[in-house]
Amino acid sequence: MMRIEPREAPGRLLTLGVPVLSALVALALAAIPLMLAGAPVFAAYGEMARGVFGSLFAFSEVLTRTTPLIFTGLAAALAFRAKLWNIGAEGQLYLGAMAAVAVGAGALDVPGWVLMPLIVVLGAAAGAAGMMVPAVLKTRFGADEVVTTLLLNFIVLIFVQMMLEGPLKDPMGLGWPQSAPILDQGMLPQLIPRMRVHAGLILALVLAAVAQFMLARSVWGFRLRAVGENAHAARHAGIGVNRTMLSVAAVSGGLAGLAGVSEVAGLKGYLTADLSPGFGYTGIVVAMLAGLSPAGVVVSALFIAGVFVGADSMSRAMGVSSYLADLVVSMALLSVLVGGFFARYRLRLGPERPPGRGPGQASGKEQGHG
Amino acid sequence: MPPARLENMASDTVLRLDGLSKRFGPVLAVDGVRLDLRRGEVLALLGENGAGKTTLMNMLFGHYMPDDGRVEVAGPDGVLRPLPPGHPQAALAAGIGMVHQHFTLAENLDALDNILLGSEPLRTLRRHRAAARRRVEGIMRRSGLVAPLEVPVGRLSVGERQRVEILKALYRDARILVLDEPTAVLTPQEADALFENIGAMTRDGLSVIFISHKLREVLAFSQRIAVLRHGRKVGEIATAQADERQIARLMVGADTPGIARETLEPGAPVLELAGVSLRGRSARDSLSGLDLRVRAREIVGIAGVSGNGQGALAAVVSGLRRPEAGQVLIDGAPVARPDPRAMIRAGVGRIPEDRHRDGIVGAMSVAENMVIERLDSPEVARRGLLQKRRIRAHAEALAREYDVRGPGIEAPARLLSGGNIQKLILARVFDRAPGVILANQPTRGLDMGAAAEVARRLLEARARGAGVLLISEDLDEVLRLADRIFVIHDGRLHEAASREREAIGLMMAGRAAGAAA
Amino acid sequence: MADIVQILLSESFWAASLRIATPLIFGVLGALMCERSGVLNLGIEGIFVAGAMAGWMAVWLGAGLWGGVVVAALTGACFGLIHAVLTVPLGLSQHVSGLGVTLFATSASYFAYRTALPNVSSPPRIEPFRALDIPVLSDLPVLGPVLFQQTALTWLALILVGIVWYVLERTPLGVAIKAVGDNPDSADAQGLSVQGLRIGAVVAGSALMALGGAFLTMSAFDAFFFGMVNGRGWICIALVIFASWRPGKALAGALLFGAFDALQVRLQTQVGALVPGQLFLMAPYVLSIIALVVAARRAEYPRALLKPWFKGQR
Repeated sequence: MMRIEPREAPGRLLTLGVPVLSALVALALAAIPLMLAGAPVFAAYGEMARGVFGSLFAFSEVLTRTTPLIFTGLAAALAFRAKLWNIGAEGQLYLGAMAAVAVGAGALDVPGWVLMPLIVVLGAAAGAAGMMVPAVLKTRFGADEVVTTLLLNFIVLIFVQMMLEGPLKDPMGLGWPQSAPILDQGMLPQLIPRMRVHAGLILALVLAAVAQFMLARSVWGFRLRAVGENAHAARHAGIGVNRTMLSVAAVSGGLAGLAGVSEVAGLKGYLTADLSPGFGYTGIVVAMLAGLSPAGVVVSALFIAGVFVGADSMSRAMGVSSYLADLVVSMALLSVLVGGFFARYRLRLGPERPPGRGPGQASGKEQGHG
Repeated sequence: MPPARLENMASDTVLRLDGLSKRFGPVLAVDGVRLDLRRGEVLALLGENGAGKTTLMNMLFGHYMPDDGRVEVAGPDGVLRPLPPGHPQAALAAGIGMVHQHFTLAENLDALDNILLGSEPLRTLRRHRAAARRRVEGIMRRSGLVAPLEVPVGRLSVGERQRVEILKALYRDARILVLDEPTAVLTPQEADALFENIGAMTRDGLSVIFISHKLREVLAFSQRIAVLRHGRKVGEIATAQADERQIARLMVGADTPGIARETLEPGAPVLELAGVSLRGRSARDSLSGLDLRVRAREIVGIAGVSGNGQGALAAVVSGLRRPEAGQVLIDGAPVARPDPRAMIRAGVGRIPEDRHRDGIVGAMSVAENMVIERLDSPEVARRGLLQKRRIRAHAEALAREYDVRGPGIEAPARLLSGGNIQKLILARVFDRAPGVILANQPTRGLDMGAAAEVARRLLEARARGAGVLLISEDLDEVLRLADRIFVIHDGRLHEAASREREAIGLMMAGRAAGAAA
Repeated sequence: MADIVQILLSESFWAASLRIATPLIFGVLGALMCERSGVLNLGIEGIFVAGAMAGWMAVWLGAGLWGGVVVAALTGACFGLIHAVLTVPLGLSQHVSGLGVTLFATSASYFAYRTALPNVSSPPRIEPFRALDIPVLSDLPVLGPVLFQQTALTWLALILVGIVWYVLERTPLGVAIKAVGDNPDSADAQGLSVQGLRIGAVVAGSALMALGGAFLTMSAFDAFFFGMVNGRGWICIALVIFASWRPGKALAGALLFGAFDALQVRLQTQVGALVPGQLFLMAPYVLSIIALVVAARRAEYPRALLKPWFKGQR
């Protein structure tokens, strides 16, 4: 008979080990769909590794792919820490991208040192605004933010399509629904010549560090953690729960918006309706794999980006559907969830008898539990 | 309750607990308990909070798997047979019914559905409510326990819910009834009525175990008393031969020091509620035009059965809810926008009723929980950043002063025992030397040592000049600590003219002797 | 304005409403089953996709239409079982587990479809359910074309509304499920298995959800498209709250929604020149949010929703 016993406090080893193990398990489980698709498994893994580590360009692609995932991962991590279920990062990403293009594609002809920060700030603001709507609906009306943020994603996407066929349409775009490109001086600079990795990565890393610091050492972070762990007690202690939620919403939405800014002003240069292959949703997996820690987000974003880039490369080489990457990522999420359980509880096969004890004998030390 | 037993009832043993033990992690909650229950008797299981009484009964009923020992139940033929452990279903089939301390009722269903829950196999395609209702009505008549059957349980009073719980057991043909702290939610008169009904049922052959930590009622209502302490049975005696002091000593292990409440001259009002109205979860649980004044150097005790407005009153004083009408005044000045922060700043210290829900953030450290109400103080945070070293030092000092024991101040607060959590909360509250203290059920679930500590701190605060508002369902506690006593009923306060239990009990039930209804 | 009235009076409008409502009926019933027992199942979107793909694929491989329906339901039940195991005995976050199941079911379905049917210019089609022409009833004046020219799956949905209602209100199993969603201790103390009831409710509910997806590929359309579910699962989650977790109201809500969607499609053809089409496309999602906000205030969530329950935790 199995019994579940809570561990007192999961050790460092477990807290770090679980995500790593989950990631490896998910990668290993990829062998099953590979076999079902009739692909030679080891060769496939080899192709994936080559796609990630095979050349400087390959690795720079991984870094490029990591950038938006750090932003959306941070957005999810901070929000989920406060038990604010922001599933709308996808929509907020597009709002940020739209703002970037609206401002930076010719509306203002100002020097780069003005335009670039402006794009960044307004993009973040647009993303923040996108999350404020569901947040206000939650605090004011008690409307569950899971559903509202999800539905808003669809609304935003349709809105983007509308804008791309209307006000934002590129007059010189040959009729394709895409926006005008951002002015050169507004683009985020490349980090390595002839590679696609851009300054957005630096911004992402800096923000991850800031988020980690704020969460652990600031009053704002304290309030965030308290509200997320026990909103009743936080409220009783005088912490403004709604206020905290709204400010977390703004930060989370802003970070997601920056993912959009980064993709448009760092990578592609213009906005299309398929800018994001689901970065917003993947960000949730990134955050969970990181144990909702901002510093961890950087590592887990790197891993997930590697999976996508590797799978893309493998898919081209071997004809396996690139949806394999999504499959691996989703299995990583489920694994880390299960792993988290084992970190918090241990399974005992019973009935267990402590040695040398019979009825009526003296017990060990007691703690006088109530 | 007459202690004499009916001679023509055979003293058969209907239940035998043989060497039951249970451990939770490092804690040995129950240690090798042996107990027999005879047919038609009322056995009291006495012990202070944390002694293991509920754990023992939970093993009997199958909520917990015993680590050691076994249970034997008499079948209809009177022969004792082992009871398969770990399954409430087995216990129910063997004729054991349990009324838990925290009611196990589904509030979205009516009483009849709750009673029938689990009595028909899940495969059945049709329900037989009409026939079942007739049977329940019969049981109600015979037992004297009446409750409305077709009202959602969420709308029933606490006393009615308890009766539904007992009817549940009787409907399943319970021959052994276990009651866990049955009088915690009743007025003294209701408690008398309950045990009268129980007495009638025992004369029909029902055997009863009731769990209590109240000495007085155990002596009043039982025929035999078994005393548990730290998980072990330390004594068993026929009630007729029991002596109060002897039993108290068995319960606690030593003579309990009495609590001296010195007479003090009360000062100016520190807390005032003027015409406060607030809608609670039900009509009874709401306040309408409530007036209350607590002065410095006094403890005002609010006695009453739960669900009569204590929740709303505590919410107003805590700042959790704003009154719909009326004002809250601290030191004579009205609090403009009462919210928890404003109340804390105005010098109100709050000890919440539900420690785990409102008192601590379990996942945060002990140190963090100690400073959680002081985030705007320069000692704790400067320019938005936490002063970690200062916080730790301060928390260590507080932990020493208030004897908060556990795995360290950086460990998550949820690892602390109930008593230590309460000490943490006390430390947090008293650290600010508040002028007003709200103590809401402060000793609930605590063992006597911890309870005495809480009482001592409250009296100390009173001596230092604070005014204390004590809300407690434990009438004895109110009588011991309060300078002035009010009874809350249907959201209204009535000052108790005398300190007599009988009189106060009547007020708790809403019937003041000689007063208009 | 006159246009709207004209639309409302046309039979094709009401027939379309019922057709659009059908997958939602399945989804809301499924979500209702799960949530009544205390478990939020955000895997619904992915289960819709999986039901759509698996059902269609089964028919494509020769299982016949009803065979496809059974396969879809079983597929939904399997994904539901994953969610049930993670959230009930293991007590993990229902939000995260549900999202994980959605991602898993969606990516598995897309991968399987793409692997089985490599890229072709237009997706392959099957022979879908045909409208059921019931002899006398189909010729009734108003009700005829509306009710009696729907496919068998729509009928199944309507019948299931009745069955779910009956189970919840008139059987001991239903009482047990409702109890478990309010106060699991109440069922446990009466000797019932809380975890068994919850797992069963989630698995059954997930099977229902998958039928919603199957309707899309086997009745409404005849092929599987990427992105065809398009948020219907999430709309169902909103509608459940709007329906106060009751089967009758669930039907009404789904029909109302279907009517609105049918209306906006028709309005678009009439007003399309003036108003961008995308605004009409947004309408269902906006409507769902509004419904949610309206219902949220007075919503009486099952008390035990989102709270894991373990034996012996007293």
